[in-house]
Order: sequence, then C-alpha cells, then structure tokens
Amino acid sequence: MSQLIAVPRETAPDEKRVATVPEVVEKLAKLGFRVAVQSGAGEAANFSDDSYRAAGAQIVSDPWADADIIFKVRAPTADEVGRLRAGQVLVSFIWPAQNPDLMQSLAARKVTVLAIDSLPRTLSRAQKMDALTSMASISGYRAVIEAANAFGRFFSGQVTAAGKVPPAKVFVAGAGVAGLAAIGTAVGLGAIVRANDTRAEVADQVKSLGGEFVKVEYEEEGSGGGGYAKVMSEGFQKAQREMYAKQAKDADIIITTALIPGRPAPRLITADMVKSMKPGSVIVDMAGEQGGNCELTEPGKAVVKHGVTIIGYTDLASRLAKQSSTLYATNLFRLTEELCKKKDGIVDVNMEDEAIRGLTVIKDGTVTWPPPPPKVAPPKPPAKPAAPPAPKGHGEPSAPASAKATAIAFLAGAILFWVIGAYAPAAFIGHFTVFVLACFVGYMVIWNVTPALHTPLMSVTNAISSIIAIGALVQLAPPLPENASEAAGRPEAWIIGLAVVSIALVAINMFGGFAVTQRMLQMFRK
Amino acid sequence: MSATLSTVAYVGATILFILSLGGLSNPETSRRGNLYGMIGMTIAVLATVLGPQVTKGGYAWILAALVVGAAIGVYAARTVKMTQMPELVALMHSLVGLAAVLIGYANYIDPAATGHLQGAEKTIHELEIYIGVLIGAVTFSGSIIAFGKLSAKIGGKPVLLPGRHWINLAGLLVVIYCGGWFIHSASVDEGMKPLAIMTVIALLFGVHMVMAIGGADMPVVVSMLNSYSGWAAAATGFMLSNDLLIVTGALVGSSGAILSYIMCRAMNRNFVSVIAGGFGTGGGAAAASSGAAPAGEVNPISAAETAELLRTAGSVIIVPGYGMAVAQAQHTVYEITKLLRDKGVNVRFGIHPVAGRMPGHMNVLLAEAKVPYDIVLEMDEINGDFPDTDVAMVIGANDIVNPAAQDDPSSPIAGMPVLEVWKAKTAIVMKRSMATGYAGVDNPLFYKDNTRMLFGDAKASVDALLQALAA
Repeated sequence: MSQLIAVPRETAPDEKRVATVPEVVEKLAKLGFRVAVQSGAGEAANFSDDSYRAAGAQIVSDPWADADIIFKVRAPTADEVGRLRAGQVLVSFIWPAQNPDLMQSLAARKVTVLAIDSLPRTLSRAQKMDALTSMASISGYRAVIEAANAFGRFFSGQVTAAGKVPPAKVFVAGAGVAGLAAIGTAVGLGAIVRANDTRAEVADQVKSLGGEFVKVEYEEEGSGGGGYAKVMSEGFQKAQREMYAKQAKDADIIITTALIPGRPAPRLITADMVKSMKPGSVIVDMAGEQGGNCELTEPGKAVVKHGVTIIGYTDLASRLAKQSSTLYATNLFRLTEELCKKKDGIVDVNMEDEAIRGLTVIKDGTVTWPPPPPKVAPPKPPAKPAAPPAPKGHGEPSAPASAKATAIAFLAGAILFWVIGAYAPAAFIGHFTVFVLACFVGYMVIWNVTPALHTPLMSVTNAISSIIAIGALVQLAPPLPENASEAAGRPEAWIIGLAVVSIALVAINMFGGFAVTQRMLQMFRK
Repeated sequence: MSATLSTVAYVGATILFILSLGGLSNPETSRRGNLYGMIGMTIAVLATVLGPQVTKGGYAWILAALVVGAAIGVYAARTVKMTQMPELVALMHSLVGLAAVLIGYANYIDPAATGHLQGAEKTIHELEIYIGVLIGAVTFSGSIIAFGKLSAKIGGKPVLLPGRHWINLAGLLVVIYCGGWFIHSASVDEGMKPLAIMTVIALLFGVHMVMAIGGADMPVVVSMLNSYSGWAAAATGFMLSNDLLIVTGALVGSSGAILSYIMCRAMNRNFVSVIAGGFGTGGGAAAASSGAAPAGEVNPISAAETAELLRTAGSVIIVPGYGMAVAQAQHTVYEITKLLRDKGVNVRFGIHPVAGRMPGHMNVLLAEAKVPYDIVLEMDEINGDFPDTDVAMVIGANDIVNPAAQDDPSSPIAGMPVLEVWKAKTAIVMKRSMATGYAGVDNPLFYKDNTRMLFGDAKASVDALLQALAA
C-alpha cells in the first residue's frame, strides 16, 4: 500500500506559503505516493482546492489522522504536535537549535522528523533540496521590492524632460544567498549597488552580479566553515563599523542580511548611523527574526525613525507566497525522491545517506540531532605529484638537452657515421648525405606548422610520397644495356606487370591526395 | 631530355616540395603550398618519363596506369566526406606501402638493375631492396588495419596477444636471419624465398602493431604510417640510386615523425609506448585499483535550458570532439555559432591537438562548415580563458576534457594536457550516454557541480539547440 503524504494548512499568522503545489502533486504521484491536501491550504498562495484536485490530490478537512508523511512549512505548533501519532514522518522547518522544547515534545510523539533547515548544505547533491537557499533568494528579491516600495525615488538614473534623476545607491551587508539575490535584483532595477561580506571569497560573486565589493580595510578571513560566516575580532569589527558608517552616509537604501548560525544577528547599523542617513532613505533588515542587524529594527514591522524607514519584516518569503511555495514544494519533492529511490510510494529514511542523516533530527522518537560531523574527505595533498612538464607550444624552442645526453647522442652519431664512411661505397655516401640533409630540412619545415593544418599537411605529404611512382617508372621500360647477357632472362612480363600496378596504385594516391588537400584548404577561411 | 636536364628538373621538384611543406604552415599560404606540390610532382614525373631512364616503349603503359589511377583518386577525393578523411588518408598510405613492396620485387628480379653490381655495392643494394620491401609491407598492412579501425570495420579496442612483445621480437629475429640469407643467396630464385618469408612476417607485424593500438592513439598511428610511407619512398630511392626519391621520402618521413611526436606530446605519452600499444587496458586496471571512481550525481539539462544559458552568456567556448564528427554536426554547430555571434556573444572554439582521429581533424571539419579559422583556437591559446568564460560547451568529446588527467595521478591519462572546461562558469557536455571515452577512463567532469549533461546524439542535440535558439 503506497503511503499518504498530507499537506495541512499553515496555521501561523501571516504565513501564506503551502508545502506543496499542484504541479508537484503530480510528480509525487509518479513516485507512487497518494497526496492529501487540507481544504484551503493553498488559498493564500493562490492555489485553489480545485487545482489540487485536478492534479490528483484528495482534498480533506483533517489531514493529520491518516497521513504517513506530513509536509509543512513552519515548525508545528503545540496543538499540531499533539495530533501527530507514532510512526509518522514530518518534514518541515524545525530549527532544532533554537527550539529545544519543540524537539522534546516531538520526540515524545515517537515520530520521525526531517528538518529541512538541517540539510548539510555543502553537499553538492543536497543543493536541489536546499529550501533555505530557495527561500533566502526569494527574500532577497522581496527585500529590494519592499525597499523600492518605501523609497521615494526611481532606482535607475534617468534623464527626463523634467530634469535629471540620479540612480539610487544601494548597500547590501552580507553577500550570502539572500544578499546576492538582493544585489542582482537591485542591479536589475538600475541602482548602483555596493556590498560587503566578511568572507573575501564572495567578492567575485558580487562582481559577477554587477555589484561593487567594498572591502573592510583589515586583514582577517571570515569564513566559518560550511559556507557561513563567523564572529570577527574586535579590531576587524572596529574597521567594519567605520566602513559601515561611511556607507550609511552615502547610501539611499541599506539591505542587511548578516547572520551567524546559532547566534544573535550582528549589530552592524547603529542608531547614529541611521541618524546620519538622508531623510527618506530605507533600511531593510532581513535579520529581524534574530534581533536585527540594525539597532532600531522592530522585528515584523516597518517603522520610520529619524526620517528613515526601517523594515524588519520576518516573512519576506511568505510575501511572495506563490513563488516560494512552488520552490519549497520542489525542494521537498527532490527530498522525497531521495527518500524513495525505488519509486514505490514508500519512504525509506536511510541513515547511511549523508544528506538524509543530516536532515533527520528525530528518528522514531529518538533525537538524532546534532548529526555527527560530516565525513570530510581526506584533504588532497596540496603539492601536485609529478606535475606534468609544461606542454610547450611547438614552434617554441625546446629546452636544450643535458650535456651528457648530447654527448652520448653525438658519440653514437659519430660511430654510426664512421662505420658508414669506412665500409659504404662512394655512391652510397652521396645518397646518404642527401638523405640526412633532407631529414633536417623536413624537421625545420614541419616544426612550425600550425596544428589547425595538421590534416592538410598530412594529406599533402601523403600525396608527395607518391614520388615513389618514379621508382616504378624507371623500371617499366629502361634502356636495356647493350650487354645481352645481363639483359637475358629479364622477366619482362613480370616487371612490367608489377610496375604498371604500382604506377596505378600510386597515381590514385598522387591525384587523390592533391585533390583532397585542395578541397580541404579551400574550406579554410577567415 | 638529357640526364643532366632531368637531374636539374629533379632539383627543381625538390625545392617545390620543400616550399609546399613550408606553405602548409599557415592557412594564408597553404593553398599555394599545395599548388607547389602539384607542380613539383608534375615536373618530377615528366622529367622521369621524358628522361633517359624510360624508353618510348613504356609510354602507353604509363599513360594507361596514370589515367586509371588518377580517375579513381580524383573520384575518391571528390566524394569523400570530411569526417572520413582519416580513413582515406590511411587507405592512401597503404597504397604507397604496397607500391614500395611491388617496386622492390620488380627491382630484385630485374637483372638489368642488379646484374652488374659486385661486392659491397651488391650487398648494400640488396639490403636496400630488403629494407624497402620491409617498410613497404609494414606500411601496407598497418595502414589497412588503421583504415579498418578508423572506418569502424574493425573494433577500436586494442587487441593484445599474450606475449606480444616476444612475438614482435621473434619476428624481428626471423627478419634479420632472412636478411642474412637473402644477401648471401646466389641466385634470384634462391633469394626469393627469404624475401617472401620476410614480406609475410612484415605484413603480419604491421597488422599486429596497429591492432594493439587503441583508438585514442589513432592520430599518432596515422601520422606514424604517414612517416613510414615516406621512409619507404626513401628506401626505394636508395635502391634505385635516385636522389629525388631519397630527398622527398626523407621530407615526408621526417615530417610524419615530427607530427607523431607532436601528437604524443599532446597526450603526454611516450612514442615508444604508443607504438608498443595497450593504451586503456593496463591503464584500466590501474583506474580500478585506485578505486577513485568519481562519485556523485549527474545534472541533466534540456536543449531549451541550454539555449537559455547560451543566450544570456557573454562568452562561450565550444570544444568539439570525435562525437561531433561522427554525428556530422559541424554545420549545425556553426549555425548556432553564427546566431550567438550575431547576438554579440563571444563564441570561440577550443581544439585539443588529439581531438578526433587524425591530427587537425576538428579544424578540417569546422573549416568545412565555414567556421572562420581565427575563432578556432588551440588548447594552449584558450586554456587560460576558461575561468572568464560563461559557458563551455563540449560536443562529443570525453578524454580531452577529463580533469582526472590533472588531478588523479593514478589515472591512465594522468599528465595528458586537457582543455580545462570545468573552470568555466557552466560546462555543458553533449554526450550520447555516460559511456567512457576511447581511453576507457571514467570522467569526473560529468559529476562536477557546474557541469550539465545534455544527453542524446550530438546531431539531434545541436539541432534541438539551434531550434531553441532561433525561436
């Protein structure tokens, strides 16, 4: 019997997202699952019950009772926890570090819980399931839209009949997924965007999106492992504050996304900095939930202080409910694929799988969080073993051979030449001279040929090797010596036969070779 | 025509041949180079035919043989598809080899050529015949097998007999023994026997040698056989005391040898080990024992998504391989290139020296499709540009873009210079399946995060891509 995936309506106030969308319902059905959606679950995200029904889902009023697997967005409330029964699998955001009580109560229900926020994000295989990333990038987009909404001017600079409009200056603090999405969106709207992050390696990413990376003038690397930032030293923080103060005076819009896992958000924007901003400026503080990057942020609200609008919404992704629901649902579908490799409609929480191990925070009532540190692949030896000799483009002079090798080569050559000179007849020496010189000419001529022409070159040398025809020509009908005894017994028929066949064979090569080379060369054009 | 006049004509022909090879070094002058070759050949043949060494009785035969050969040759050259170039060239080498064998035999049985020689001169002359026939026979049978392999009439996998090196050694000893026998034989009839035995062994050796060489090393083999056909001509020249043959043979021989050397270096392989064969078998075992089978997941992509990616890219590098040749996809690839360039995308081609089955194979195909040669770049020229490239598109290539060559010292292709497509922002690999390349090595490129696989026949894929782009 295939398992039933149930999707309840989100109960948190202002939560508009839903954990699956009709498009994904069809895909889940293909994996063999049945899907039940609570009536009205998708309403806030503009997915009607009918659209779910058309995709093959059942519409139910109570999704909890019969479900084998429950997909949710927000962590369950106390009431929802109470409705879980032993053996069920719950997939949702949990934040186990921040919610120890919730973990206890979930464990007591003897359920299995997959916390989508606990996915090991550095696994490349896990990226397709990474709901944090997809939500963060939506939030980053929305943050810019909210800022634009509150900001009294254009983003892009324009020259209108009524006068010149300067472009808005946007400063983004923290270039993680959300920050990068914000940079991209703001650049797209035409603003001048600057960004800062304690991790120096993101500078290129900022530039690639069209932003300008502002460095803190202080040497310290801020990568805290796993792609997150860490807490910085006092000296760095001082330098950082100075930089922020400078940016605050200049910027029209500040978007802050700085978060450090498991800690309150760093206070980057002080009340004094807010005061120094131009009236009408906007701050969007995306770290509102963790206390905010700005001292004056009121989480969940938009307030105006010192003439600056400070937006501390904590539900930015939910404000784009249709988009975020679709991406979240796809992330969960990818997870389901991993859980159900056999496509038989039964999930298998395989604790051997590194990605699934990381996600599973409670397994059949036993808390399995935090997961053991991920198996780190043994670091590759930094020194490249036996670095291949740098390939030289040919035509460049090769390095001179070692003195010893040269001496040996010359010695061998000298012996060979001496043997030939001592024993070979004079006529042979003449031919030999010509032969050796020709080899060198060939070497000198060929060495500079561009690789693009290797095939025509081969084909032309092949055609030229038809010169062997001369050998056959001179045998065919040579002027026979007067001395009859030598000419006697000359197997005329055989020789003519062999020579004629040779000439015909070589002629194929001769004419064919030149013709095909010509054909090829005609194709080379600038 | 007097003897001196024909000798001077030979010198002229020699100069023209050298100019011909020199002209081929640059696309601008290459057509003129080919023309020089043709003129040189015409002069050489005319000077010989009209010279003192050919009497009027032979004219009819010569004309008939030339006409027949020319007809076949020109027909073949006109009709051959550019993708079949390697086969045609290999087949043509075999003709030169066979001709060298026949000329050697004819010379041996001709008392007019050998009768008057005595002592060391006779020995050397017979040695020249012997060596000429030997090289000719190896060239002939080796080229036939190469032709079979290139045209897929024979499987591309190396065929390795047990104790193949010993077989070769035994063959060599028999050849040397027969050589002694041959030189010391008193009459033509007696000498025929060792000559025939040697010819058979040489033919078998040619077959054995090329059979043992894997398909990936085919570019080396083709240029090596090219070199052999030159040496065969040079040996024939010694035999006939003909300087033109010696010079031209040496030119062709050394140029082929240098090409082989360049190919070997492009694969970071030793020339001797290529000739000894066995690429991809010994190496396969090493790969298995290292146990470093690339793990991970392959990310497929559709033609439509690829088109989207290309359209938004600022710069694109296309890396073609043998798969493009097989699928005849070069024309469509150029259509795509044109479309993208019209949109302002900087499209270039990156060519690995051993891409395809013949040196320069890809350049010829792209030239056929009218791709301007100044956007077709060599590996060394373009490798540094990959990090600044948005999309690297690999069409039907495998080993030449395998990062294992750089990262995995136990890989059989370790140290081979490769095109670093994985350094581009996105690498798209068009491939029929996940099968390994000719070297039989798995390719970690396919599992990289920034790699997207576009599965399907190269032709079908690029057609779909062109449609998606044009839409």
